[in-house]
Amino acid sequence: MSNLKSFMGRRRNWTIPYALFLVLFVLLPLVIIVYYAFTNIDGKFTLDNIKKFWIHPEAMQVFLYSVVVAFITTILCILIGYPAAYILSKMEQQKAKLLIILFVLPMWVNFLIRTLATVALFDFLKIPLGEGALIFGMVYNFLPFMVYPIYNILQKTDQSLIEAAQDLGANPRQVFFKTVFPLSIPGITSGIIMVFMPVISTFAIAELLTINNIKLFGTTLQENIYNGTWNYGAALSLFMLVFIGATILLNREGSSKAAEEGTLI
Amino acid sequence: MDQKSINDIISVEHLSHAFGDKIVLKDINLSVKKGEFVTILGPSGCGKTTLMRLIAGFLKASEGKIFIGGKEMNKIPPHLRPVNTVFQRYALFPHLNVFNNIAFGLNLKKLPKEEIKKQVKQVLKIVIMSDYEERDVDSLSGGQQQRVAIARAIVNKPEVLLLDEPLAALDHKMRKDMQMEIKAMHKKLNITFVYITHDQEEALTLSDRIVVIRDGVIQQIGTPTEIYNEPVNSFVADFIGESNILDGVMIEDELVEFAGHHFECVDKGFEPNELVEVVIRPEDIYIFDISEAAQFSGQVTSSIFKGVHYEMIVITPEGYEFTIQDYHYFEPGKTVGLLVKPFDIQVMKKERYWNTYEATIVDKEFVRFLGINFPCDSAGEFEPGSDVKVKVSFQNVVLHDNEEDGMLPGIVSFILYKGNHYHLTISTRDNENIFVDTNDIWDDGDTVGISIAPDSIQIEST
Repeated sequence: MSNLKSFMGRRRNWTIPYALFLVLFVLLPLVIIVYYAFTNIDGKFTLDNIKKFWIHPEAMQVFLYSVVVAFITTILCILIGYPAAYILSKMEQQKAKLLIILFVLPMWVNFLIRTLATVALFDFLKIPLGEGALIFGMVYNFLPFMVYPIYNILQKTDQSLIEAAQDLGANPRQVFFKTVFPLSIPGITSGIIMVFMPVISTFAIAELLTINNIKLFGTTLQENIYNGTWNYGAALSLFMLVFIGATILLNREGSSKAAEEGTLI
Repeated sequence: MDQKSINDIISVEHLSHAFGDKIVLKDINLSVKKGEFVTILGPSGCGKTTLMRLIAGFLKASEGKIFIGGKEMNKIPPHLRPVNTVFQRYALFPHLNVFNNIAFGLNLKKLPKEEIKKQVKQVLKIVIMSDYEERDVDSLSGGQQQRVAIARAIVNKPEVLLLDEPLAALDHKMRKDMQMEIKAMHKKLNITFVYITHDQEEALTLSDRIVVIRDGVIQQIGTPTEIYNEPVNSFVADFIGESNILDGVMIEDELVEFAGHHFECVDKGFEPNELVEVVIRPEDIYIFDISEAAQFSGQVTSSIFKGVHYEMIVITPEGYEFTIQDYHYFEPGKTVGLLVKPFDIQVMKKERYWNTYEATIVDKEFVRFLGINFPCDSAGEFEPGSDVKVKVSFQNVVLHDNEEDGMLPGIVSFILYKGNHYHLTISTRDNENIFVDTNDIWDDGDTVGISIAPDSIQIEST
């Protein structure tokens, strides 16, 4: 008993469960992915999987296509989300909070159900599924992840900075483009991270909204794992991991600031 | 369009402002001459910042007019006013470096790059911040940020520079240095400065003229010496510097009675035997070993060394306390002689002699004012339902520690020591004031219960 007490008394020991979790569910899977990526079906070291990706045009094309879809989705999310966040930030706190909840509310519904509902809606409206539907579904699904961080940062913008800009001779448009917008860039950055990456790797939305006609990178990954080509699948997901890592590192400045200033719920 | 006197760069006329139903400024009239250094001084919450924001254009006045450079400004948005502001917490743009912060206004004016560079360098020299152009504003100390904030404002060569408590966030030493620099800058730049502060010492040091505001009302406008030597009321006297404030009676012209003695003074024009208030600054009372020359005497109760002088509390046989500053030390317990010269006595009209309220007779026993029914002995002498005026003397208001013990609750909002008693201002929930004379010690912000005895309410028909 007293042993346990002294064990619990040391703050450092409190981290053990977390460390254990990290090792089991983060580190170990990563090691396994790397292992599979660099071995063949017999467990022997090989670079074939990596080569296959580079040589195999289909996978590369799917990847590039996914990046384009993610890019378009992100841009649309910014174009729709920024004004929304701006309007929300100008509203009374109470009202804005209510609207934010309404915004986030669909997120509480399982996203598969949401996407199936979108499919049903498109069917009902006799709009053919396909690329357009895919983009719509992506924007619909990820828009809140763009609105919220931007709203958060806009809402916290120091009012005296806006007054200072006015005071120095900036008209309302100049106030926005010279102070409000640049000050909200960390929010946009964190919104981009929340939208861009998931779009590349989701497969359900693409599958459902294009009746499996358009493949995204996530779909390719899923197919490989599903079909038992684990080694190739591991190589593909490793590639995506590196890609995500590189983008986040490039955004490090922005993302660390965004993290500091609080982003998602 | 009204054309104002060319010398008045700012002219404020009958300006009032309210937030919701809370009135923060009442009928402000003020003019500032070109090149002047005017300080708006008052305790926190007095409305001084609101006044500044109205001048800068961040707020729209509920009533009244503001003229800057002869032009009416009421409908002009802040970015078109010839005014620049140094904000209380600097408000430097965190996404810009020092150079771009200062160049902000010039860039908006689309000046050529070379010209901007030249002017920024020039103001950086004025605020002694050369070589800091490339620095991140977050990496600067409070004093340095302050300098950048000033530079950012003055580089635009505004007609008026508004400074909103610019030194409040700095430590004492830094503040002293910056005061001197701001004063020097004012001389050099030939820009009108309007300086907002709650620090009376700062106001006295810096200003050509001081505007003292309390509860949204201008109390006094004058030069530092006028304000210090001739305060118009006990609030100003108490707020500016240290002072002995006592109740007195003006016996006749140039003769006033207070603390149980008659004193010659230089004030005239009062009614014979008019009740007045008397202000004497602690350094204006002569203190010496008891002798023939003494006008009155007293016993030293405490003596504290303040660096340059000693601050002593002397209590007279009549029970009045005086704060006295002198270079000489008199030990506690010693009996001393005291003398005040006629021109060091400042006699002020009393702002009020009674608590007076509009009231209504309820019935034979009750009269209603301050939102509640008070039992009153003389209520029976008036028709029920008639409107009357009630008077309650300051001594007859009783305060209780517990709100529940009184007839209505209140908060102590202002305390004035009058030598032998305290004169308190108690604010009720409806923002009415009740004035109380008491010997008990209360603190600012104390919640109290207020009650008034039935026999101390005097009723007058209106």
